[in-house]
Amino acid sequence: MAQPVEIPPDPTAAVQAAEAEVPPELIAQSFGEYVRAWAARLRGGDIGVLPVVVGLVAIMIVFEIISPNHVFLHADNLVNLFEQSAVFMVLAMAETFALILGEIDLSIGYLGACGAVIAVQLVQPVTTGWPWWAAIVAALLACAIAGAIQGTIITRLGIPSFIVTLAGYLIFNGVMLILLLLGPFSGYPNLASSDTNVQVLYNMMAGTIDPTISWIGMGVVVVGLGALMWFGDARRRRAGLVAPPPSLTLLKIGLIAIAGIVVVAICNINRANIGVLAGVPWVVPIVLAVLAAWTILLERTKYGRYVYAIGGNAEAARRAGINVALIVTIAFALCSMTAGIGVLLYASYIGGMSNNVQGGQLVLFAVAAAVIGGTSLFGGRGKAIHGVLGGLVIGGIYNGMYLQSLDVQRIFIVTGLVLLAAVSIDALSRRGKVSGLGLTRR
Amino acid sequence: MPPCNVRGGIFFLGSKMTKMAQVAEPLLKVRGVDKHFGAVQALYGVDLDLPAGKVTALCGDNGAGKSVFTKCISGVYQPDHGEVFWDGQPVHIHNTRDASRLGIETVYQDLALCDNLDIVQNMFLGRERLSRYLLDEDDMERAAAETLASLKVTTVRSIRQPVASLSGGQRQSVAISKAVMWNSKLVIMDEPTAALGVVQTRQVLDLMKRLRDRGLAVMVISHNLNDVFEVADRIAILYLGRMVIQDDASKFDRQRVVEYMTTGGKGMKAAAN
Ligand SMILES: Nc1ncnc2c1ncn2[C@@H]1O[C@H](COP(=O)(O)OP(=O)(O)O)[C@@H](O)[C@H]1O
Ligand SMILES: [Mg+2]
Repeated sequence: MAQPVEIPPDPTAAVQAAEAEVPPELIAQSFGEYVRAWAARLRGGDIGVLPVVVGLVAIMIVFEIISPNHVFLHADNLVNLFEQSAVFMVLAMAETFALILGEIDLSIGYLGACGAVIAVQLVQPVTTGWPWWAAIVAALLACAIAGAIQGTIITRLGIPSFIVTLAGYLIFNGVMLILLLLGPFSGYPNLASSDTNVQVLYNMMAGTIDPTISWIGMGVVVVGLGALMWFGDARRRRAGLVAPPPSLTLLKIGLIAIAGIVVVAICNINRANIGVLAGVPWVVPIVLAVLAAWTILLERTKYGRYVYAIGGNAEAARRAGINVALIVTIAFALCSMTAGIGVLLYASYIGGMSNNVQGGQLVLFAVAAAVIGGTSLFGGRGKAIHGVLGGLVIGGIYNGMYLQSLDVQRIFIVTGLVLLAAVSIDALSRRGKVSGLGLTRR
Repeated sequence: MPPCNVRGGIFFLGSKMTKMAQVAEPLLKVRGVDKHFGAVQALYGVDLDLPAGKVTALCGDNGAGKSVFTKCISGVYQPDHGEVFWDGQPVHIHNTRDASRLGIETVYQDLALCDNLDIVQNMFLGRERLSRYLLDEDDMERAAAETLASLKVTTVRSIRQPVASLSGGQRQSVAISKAVMWNSKLVIMDEPTAALGVVQTRQVLDLMKRLRDRGLAVMVISHNLNDVFEVADRIAILYLGRMVIQDDASKFDRQRVVEYMTTGGKGMKAAAN
């Protein structure tokens, strides 16, 4: 390892940044102070999730107004929009592991596709006929191993992740095509089948949960989460630790409850032209489960703490005794495994796998979704929830422009512009602290 | 310091004498440390004693080898030759973990903290407390707050602010407090006041004195002779990789320190002769 140059800290810049970067909940005692501190932080350029939420609302309003017959906000379109977005959301949550480290993983589109093909192939009754859960476990394990190999090359040989995963992009594109041709399916193994085992994969995306159970499940989640937040904050306040004011905790819980009720209410509207199609699609709990798991891992465990530490200052992490190479390798494995879930949802959406899967486009949308949601391209900052919000933005643009019968080229241009805006906000909010894109480190 | 082999002495002397020898033993004793990088010899047979309850200032011109020496005893580098005794026992420090296990904590001149983590997270980095497999944030926040308060590091607005938002002096204070929280016995600081303003330097110097008063051994590298004479009980001077003198601070004045730093004491000897 090269000896890092000795850079004296720049106290003036730090002082100037201080006002803007202190999270408002840490210095504010009352709700009013909190709001003022938050406004100060916004003016200072630290943006949080506000721009993406505002952007989402804007997208909804604009597309509702311009969509033919105002179908954008119809229940069937909103559910469809969520299903389209879910793939971007999960892939963005995958990419978040690499981005927090200040790295990037360009391979996850095709690597995840390999995982999806493995699962789709393994459940086929005419060939292997594996139970759906075993097929999924095998697929995700294969993805994790492939990711760990890439991570090992990046950390042990010191090659930039950009280059290693660019090679992986090509390699896994080839591997996917080979895997597709296995078995008697002419390269199109599909999930439309009367076999109930196969139908489990087919229904991962759009299969519905009974409306009543949807309500109950939502209630359990909201009450459980609300109780955790409320009692956790109350305990910290009693102990004299840093905690938001009770009004703010209540507001957050209220917003979560409203979101839950709105989602279930929309999903429970009958969205079939003939017959009945109502209830929350399975993809919603799947996305929430991934979100919950990765949020807990990143924000509540030692492992997650080390991921942020390495993204912030790899040398400091190393001197704190952290095994940087191991943590980074595991992160690439988790990234690839999550990508496997994402493309499996995609396979469920299109009802099988084929060589039409655009792994390159998927990975670019994944990076775009994460960054639009608020994850930094420069390392050290990012959350799983950013991937979910950014995925909704991309899904919204995609869906809204599709309703306008706009060509795919226009959709690309608009999505690219939105990404450029998000990256610009990210770069501006760092104001001179810009380092690089994982190309120069380690 | 008599150059006798104390361990040999323990072997042959009676129990009463053994105790006395142990009391006189400095917390960390370094003997004959060499270190080279390729063709560059950075350290030549360096000896140094760091007694508990004393601030030892390590002085020297740029490139004298101060940072390299620091890294040799904090486990970042391995010396080529030489011995290190901790409480009189020979030890081998292979990495930074070995050093922290002994109770050696280093505040590096560069790259000490993660900007994106808050004060509590930085103070516990690598040694997080857990409850049921998850991070015990409440416990860590309480312990960090207690440590900062006991060291009178009270200028930070909230210990949950990211260290990127701290001033240079506050950052150094956090880095130093981190060392104390781990019940360290020896704290090494490489130019902790470089790039700090007057008030912030004051904070850091006061903090060093508090560590000494708690009975810790402190080694500080500094270019600033004002700082050195303000806090140091002992002064050791490196010149081109060689330890040219180490003695009580009272035996030095500014001119003598500068002389040793710039000429290795050749001028002094000439004058004495
Ligand atoms: N990692 C390294 N590789 C090669 N040479 C080094 C390395 N670190 C330090 N040196 C050399 O060792 C000598 C002492 O450096 P250093 O300890 O940093 O000086 P200072 O007393 O100013 O802290 C210098 O000549 C420096 O160039
Ligand atoms: Mg130095």
